[in-house]
Amino acid sequence: MTTLLLADHDNATLGSATARALSAARELGADVHVLIAGSNAKPAAEAAAKLEGVAKVLLADDPSLDHQRAEPAAALVVALAKDYDAIVAPATSSGKNILPRAAALLDVMQISDIIKVVAPNTFERPIYAGNAIETVESTDTKKVITVRGAAFPAAKEGTAAAPIETVAVTPAESGSAFVSESLSKSDRPELTAARIVVSGGRALGSSEKFNEVLLPLADKLHAAVGASRAAVDAGYAPNDFQVGQTGKIVAPELYIAIGLSGAIQHLAGMKDSKVIVAINKDEDAPIVQIADYSLIGDLFTIIPELDKALG
Amino acid sequence: MKVLVPIKQVIDANVRPRVKADGTGVDLANVKLSINPFCEIAVEEAIRLKEKGKASEIVVVSIGPAKAQEIIRSAYALGADRGLFVETEERVEPLAVAKVLQAIIAAEQPGLVILGKQAIDDDSNQTGQMLAGLLGWPQATFASKLEVDGDRATVTREVDGGLETLALTLPAIVTTDLRLNNPRYPTLPNIMKAKKKAIDVKKPEDFGIDITPRLKVLKVSEPPARKPGIKVASAEELVKDLKAAGVL
Repeated sequence: MTTLLLADHDNATLGSATARALSAARELGADVHVLIAGSNAKPAAEAAAKLEGVAKVLLADDPSLDHQRAEPAAALVVALAKDYDAIVAPATSSGKNILPRAAALLDVMQISDIIKVVAPNTFERPIYAGNAIETVESTDTKKVITVRGAAFPAAKEGTAAAPIETVAVTPAESGSAFVSESLSKSDRPELTAARIVVSGGRALGSSEKFNEVLLPLADKLHAAVGASRAAVDAGYAPNDFQVGQTGKIVAPELYIAIGLSGAIQHLAGMKDSKVIVAINKDEDAPIVQIADYSLIGDLFTIIPELDKALG
Repeated sequence: MKVLVPIKQVIDANVRPRVKADGTGVDLANVKLSINPFCEIAVEEAIRLKEKGKASEIVVVSIGPAKAQEIIRSAYALGADRGLFVETEERVEPLAVAKVLQAIIAAEQPGLVILGKQAIDDDSNQTGQMLAGLLGWPQATFASKLEVDGDRATVTREVDGGLETLALTLPAIVTTDLRLNNPRYPTLPNIMKAKKKAIDVKKPEDFGIDITPRLKVLKVSEPPARKPGIKVASAEELVKDLKAAGVL
């Protein structure tokens, strides 16, 4: 009875999503082995070994596993699956890409984006953009699960490091090749791990204003920056800033929504935040309905005042 | 090259879903149903490929209850050439859908399959990846840009850290993200024409596939409600309140 956790990493570091998925994996009640599939990924494996509750780390290190492409990663998971009762991954863009492919090859119906482990075969998951919560029981012998990070605490580092075992990789023709990537570089906290998120919407009006108004406030609060779909579609912010049903799901201590109305799709990505602040000129906006604190007025007047009040 | 586009009917994106009082699901009676927004983007992308001379025929496929046939007509009105509808009143999970699609693809032999990345009802985000696995085809999920050249597709994907570009050898599976395109509106003459067009209707049994769900839905409930909030008069008051709440 063992659980395999497919880690999300960039070879050098382990994302916080993996530490959160580990907390969910441990709730299944079995030993957890963490699989690091990558290229020159020893640092990520060492980071995983330090996490409390990891019984063993499997390191599959091969150039074909660079960039976490779905075809080789899913094939590896399938090859290892016979020794495991459950296979878990964080519901990151990488986990969501790889795990269903492996599930189909194992003839298992995946349980996506769980927010609670009720029993080792029963889980809660949001549906309809979080407007309903479904409790499902899996009848498959093997469970394949992705985990919504915002719903689980990140596992901490333990006192002793788990052993790292090397797994042999047989590279196969996959039909896909990595061409390039363009990743946002930032010194700010990661959106899904930040304690405070400052998010902007269409009312910012332009990319220049978005940066000019939001970024200094975010820096003062040591906050991550998010955006509504409308702001991303309009080109005010890059796609990786998007918070919502199909973007990033966040649940920080404090979420400050500035000039965004709060479409259902956006609320789905942030309504589990501990404290929500809405700064909006429309007091009937949906975001104001769910906010703990609302400040009604023109954001271009309010933000400088807020900046001053923060000292 | 033939392009196959699997599509799903879901509750309209602008309707607020209501959980049924008996906890068995979401109330879909007398609620506006539409083509899933991501599926509509998939149809649009196929049409653009045809307009560029990269695709020769667009075949749309849907699986669902009889009334879901409407979305095949919606796809016809946008420009799809042929539609296949697999009728079932059962709840169909992504794994079962992927198996039915696998059987259809064996017969249709498309060069490219474009699907929505996620249906906005069950939010599973699985079908495209599962189908790619069953077929042994390469996949590019969450696409924001697609270029087809001969037997290769270059796809830019929206990933957590930004954007990633992959090259795929066709046949392949692509799933759409929001910014791939803005779907067109159908014209009235095309809507009229779509009403008269034939739809090939089948049953899951015709493909010899067992669609019995693997997940039992024990309960569907409302999410926990948030406490009512307060309006603050000024930025100073907001900062004071947030400090008192211990979040600043």
